[in-house]
Amino acid sequence: MAGDGNGEALRVEHIAKRFGGVTALADVNLRLGRGEVLGLIGDNGAGKSTLIKIVCGFHQPDAGKVFVAGEEVTIRSVDHARSLGIDTVYQDLALVNELTVYHNMFLNRELVRWPLLSNRRMQRLARQHLEDMGVRIPDVDVEVAKLSGGQRQAIAVARSVYSDAKILLLDEPLAAMGAKEGALILDLVRDLKQRGDVSIIVIAHNFGQILEVCDRINLLQHGSITFDKPTSETSVQELTDLVVAEYRAARTRGLGQDQATDTRGRG
Amino acid sequence: MSDTVEIAERVEAAPPGRPSRSILRRVGGELLRRREASVLIVAIGLGAYFASAHEAFLTQPNLVNIAQATAPVAIIAAGMVLVLVSGEIDLSVAAVAALAPFNMHYLVDYYSVPILPAIGLALLIAAAVGFVNGAITVFLKVPSFVTTLGTAYVIIGTVLVTSHAFPAPIPDAATDRLRSWFGHSDWAHITWCVLIVAFFHLLLTRTRWGLHTIAVGGNPLGATEAGIRAGRIKIVNFMMVSTLGGFVGILEAFRINTIDPNIGGGFGIMFLAVSAAVIGGTALAGGSGTVAGAFLGALVLAELQNGMNLIGISANPYFVILGIAILVSMIANVYLSRLRRLGRT
Repeated sequence: MAGDGNGEALRVEHIAKRFGGVTALADVNLRLGRGEVLGLIGDNGAGKSTLIKIVCGFHQPDAGKVFVAGEEVTIRSVDHARSLGIDTVYQDLALVNELTVYHNMFLNRELVRWPLLSNRRMQRLARQHLEDMGVRIPDVDVEVAKLSGGQRQAIAVARSVYSDAKILLLDEPLAAMGAKEGALILDLVRDLKQRGDVSIIVIAHNFGQILEVCDRINLLQHGSITFDKPTSETSVQELTDLVVAEYRAARTRGLGQDQATDTRGRG
Repeated sequence: MSDTVEIAERVEAAPPGRPSRSILRRVGGELLRRREASVLIVAIGLGAYFASAHEAFLTQPNLVNIAQATAPVAIIAAGMVLVLVSGEIDLSVAAVAALAPFNMHYLVDYYSVPILPAIGLALLIAAAVGFVNGAITVFLKVPSFVTTLGTAYVIIGTVLVTSHAFPAPIPDAATDRLRSWFGHSDWAHITWCVLIVAFFHLLLTRTRWGLHTIAVGGNPLGATEAGIRAGRIKIVNFMMVSTLGGFVGILEAFRINTIDPNIGGGFGIMFLAVSAAVIGGTALAGGSGTVAGAFLGALVLAELQNGMNLIGISANPYFVILGIAILVSMIANVYLSRLRRLGRT
């Protein structure tokens, strides 16, 4: 078994998940090395989100095994996943607009000198931590509502890292973000990679951007990983062709048999 | 990176201290930031106006009047702000204010419970009403507006049925000292009020509870994803405002020296408390609010009613002014929060 020494952060084997009559994941095998950044691509409805939600404890798989740092685990809940060092940055970010950056950074993990909050300490630590991570914002005591989308995403990622996440799942971190803002996040991911102690799975649609930061790319198709290559051995063109080819094939099949497109359409 | 240009503002500039600003900008920013400031100005302005308009305004008996009119509204508003910030509303507090002194009376006079434990029990029952409000809202997912409307009528009806709609005397067991503590002396109300408002202000601004209340109201899904138990926050906030409602009812009973089914005015004092909260800068949408502002809002309402009375305007236009005050403060609130959001204070 690949253990700690092998530098493996996460491995899933033969994961399957059905929702009613729809097979979301048929047989997924995936491996995430320590300090690795893995890009997970696939068309809408390929099961990317389902896979992420299984790893982060939101769904339980119908079959298959999950290994964290070489040890098999049954992830019972989101909290359980967190205690294992697995944290997800959802698209909605879970930030509270009305609160300051540092209160968001410490949300539900506040530092307290009972009965009052240790605001100064949280402020100092948040400032320090964001600086260490190279996240630039006006100041930690501004309300999150005043920040740009990229800055908010960066805060959410920084918060997960600060809470000692070893495995970070980024669900479409670049969606609805301009090039400039996206660059901010990609820089952040790159910095984390340099530190080497955080392993990351990034779900993305934009292959160009994802190739910039990922070490390896996995393509999820019809509920299994059908493509696994180091970034250096593939290209935007190849990835695009793969996804489009799948789309064409499904469409052709769909002409004769409606069910194929039907199944693909669902999450 | 190109994006550093627009957000590089702070960089290594200031570890502990803030960047220095001109005093004027700082005061302006502080005014914008502190929602309480504009209400404070209105409260002082009104006081100055009525003081100049009528010499009786600043006399001690009249100040007692104002204090006694401010306190019940402000005490309820203190709890109401927390409920509003967590994204809910409680329409039943005024009914609970009527219920609590009757429960005290029943316990003392029919069940021979000593007066202090009876007051404690009456407050516990008030808290239980809050728990029911919260539980129905959280677990059965009934909007709190509807939940508490229902419980309000149930309680009003219960009070009328059990009391046969007649007032009751304060139990004889209540000593003079106890009576004066609980609202019969001139400054008892406002003393309780200041203590309670200070406590709830700290609770909202400086504790985890307050922070989580804001989070639950501001981003319910996000707060839950962060592991905050939103239901628990809401239920306990309902329990707190309900307890405060019961406490106000008991204070009022001791003040007027009789237990009247009309204490709380059915919905009256609840609406005044919501008005005070709104005038003080609390948004009904949840996520933001201030207890100190609600206190000032209650003060403004009391000043208005008292002052207009003194200078001989009949009580009727009071409602017109109250309505306008609510509208103006709400519009200002929306406008100011937009300014706050744009300005980089």
